Amino acid sequence: MITKKDVEHVAKLARLELSEQEKEKYTEQFSNILDYFNQLKEVNTENIEPMVHVLPVRNVMREDKAEYASNKEEILKNAPVEEDGYFKVPKI
Amino acid sequence: MHHYKTASELRKLLLKREISAKELLDESYKRIKEVNNKLNSFISLTKDLAYKTAGEVDEKIKINADLPPLAGIPLAIKDNMCVKGTTTTAASNILKNFVPPYDATIVKKLQENLVPIIGKANLDEFAMGSSTETSAFGITRNPWDTNLVPGGSSGGSAVAVASGESVLALGSDTGGSIRLPASFCGIIGMKPTYGRVSRFGLIAYASSLDQIGPFGRCVEDVALTLQAISGHDPMDSTSINQPVPDYTARIKEDIKGLRIGVISEMLGDGINPDVKAVIENAVKTYENLGANIEEISIPHTKYAISTYYVIAMAEASSNLARFDGVRYGYRTPKSESLLEMYTKTRAEGFGEEVKRRIMLGTYALSSGYYDAYYKKAQQVRTLIKKDFDKAFESVDLLLSPVCPVTAFEIGSKTDDPLSMYLMDICTLMANLSGLPGISLPCGFDTKGLPVGMQLLGPVLSEELMLKAAYNFEQATGYHLKHPEL
Repeated sequence: MITKKDVEHVAKLARLELSEQEKEKYTEQFSNILDYFNQLKEVNTENIEPMVHVLPVRNVMREDKAEYASNKEEILKNAPVEEDGYFKVPKI
Repeated sequence: MHHYKTASELRKLLLKREISAKELLDESYKRIKEVNNKLNSFISLTKDLAYKTAGEVDEKIKINADLPPLAGIPLAIKDNMCVKGTTTTAASNILKNFVPPYDATIVKKLQENLVPIIGKANLDEFAMGSSTETSAFGITRNPWDTNLVPGGSSGGSAVAVASGESVLALGSDTGGSIRLPASFCGIIGMKPTYGRVSRFGLIAYASSLDQIGPFGRCVEDVALTLQAISGHDPMDSTSINQPVPDYTARIKEDIKGLRIGVISEMLGDGINPDVKAVIENAVKTYENLGANIEEISIPHTKYAISTYYVIAMAEASSNLARFDGVRYGYRTPKSESLLEMYTKTRAEGFGEEVKRRIMLGTYALSSGYYDAYYKKAQQVRTLIKKDFDKAFESVDLLLSPVCPVTAFEIGSKTDDPLSMYLMDICTLMANLSGLPGISLPCGFDTKGLPVGMQLLGPVLSEELMLKAAYNFEQATGYHLKHPEL
């Protein structure tokens, strides 16, 4: 059972501000959806490895060599607020 | 008018100089002007880019230079793939002004192949949806009946091809997002093996499931497009480092003796009777073509939706943490502190479905719930993969509907997220297992709406799947029927 408090806690972890209306809607919807997901509990998964990835790839390495990516101006063009070549944010 | 001609037909016209690549683009943009206000398949058009490529093609034709197979053929890409210098939104307000400083690998490959990119197609916000109703740029409509959804999330790409706005398109498929809209719109769509096509420059939704693939109005066009975009990419460490076969070389060979397994769980309860009848008829066509049919069980099908959504949402919550209003994208104008800037930016920038998935994914990964949801889903994912491994010990390909129903009404599932998630039951296990899948038209329901058949194959069996699809297409011709607009 999901409570409004659970929804508020998750919203905080996910860095999302929610309106009262959203909180109520999500509380109800999450209960339904998680109820459905709880069917997974029926499955016997004793000694079954969790699958992280479908391909058998691990630690794909490449040569440690510097390459050109993009120039600084192009990247900073997308910054909402920029100053002297830095991303600017409100005070912490 | 060449709206519904295939790439091969258009290539002949180009080489005979009966039409130029520039004129082909003119026709595409004219068609878009005529029908796009009804369909809303595009978020933006990339005319400068497209005409530049077409100009190169026409120059080469003038001097009789060699041309790659798809040179000059108009193609639309889903607006979650980065094109340098071109707004790339993922259909989200949080990225509505984002101009990527680099090209996705598939964009580079298309340009090397001289394929003009005509525009950025609409999608569900961040590819999260099965109907193309969650876009911040408006819903896309089904060309067969504009009161219906086109399927999603690559609805814009599918509609652009089905309506003759474009000849080809690319989409991305995380749980069915290419195959479902292909099925609802009566065209062919393919999700390649995970890792066959580079994901570099694709805006991530769920990284262990996402894969880019082609749409076309015939199987051969899909094969040629897959050829152009496949291959290893050092920029994507999950891309497969194996040679790409020639996908059209053996496409016309017969399929006598091919072993096809019909997935029994996907023709049981909950499948619309029209869809079931059409699929059963398609199975008969395969029998007539010399295939050996048997019934195959994928016992964990019943847990597929839960497994998929837990994993996809968990990965989404992690991937979308990057949208914080610092380096790119939208930032709230009203914040006093850094934390408030994050929470308000994300609240204002993301739409409802995206927030829902971020929240549920965060929940599934949070302390106390990780083992019960995320780890459990990963374990069931292993079991699902094993079901498929076992199935492919006795058959070469698997067959099922793409979706239990045909295209549904706009707005009919938006208030009940779970009912929308259930639309993906037949498609999402291919993503969980990394397998290739193709959706192809196999008939119509009693309302005249297209029904899609899905073929699934083992890892890197694209060549065989395309051959099986081509044989069916040539024997039936459902792909030749187009919507009236």
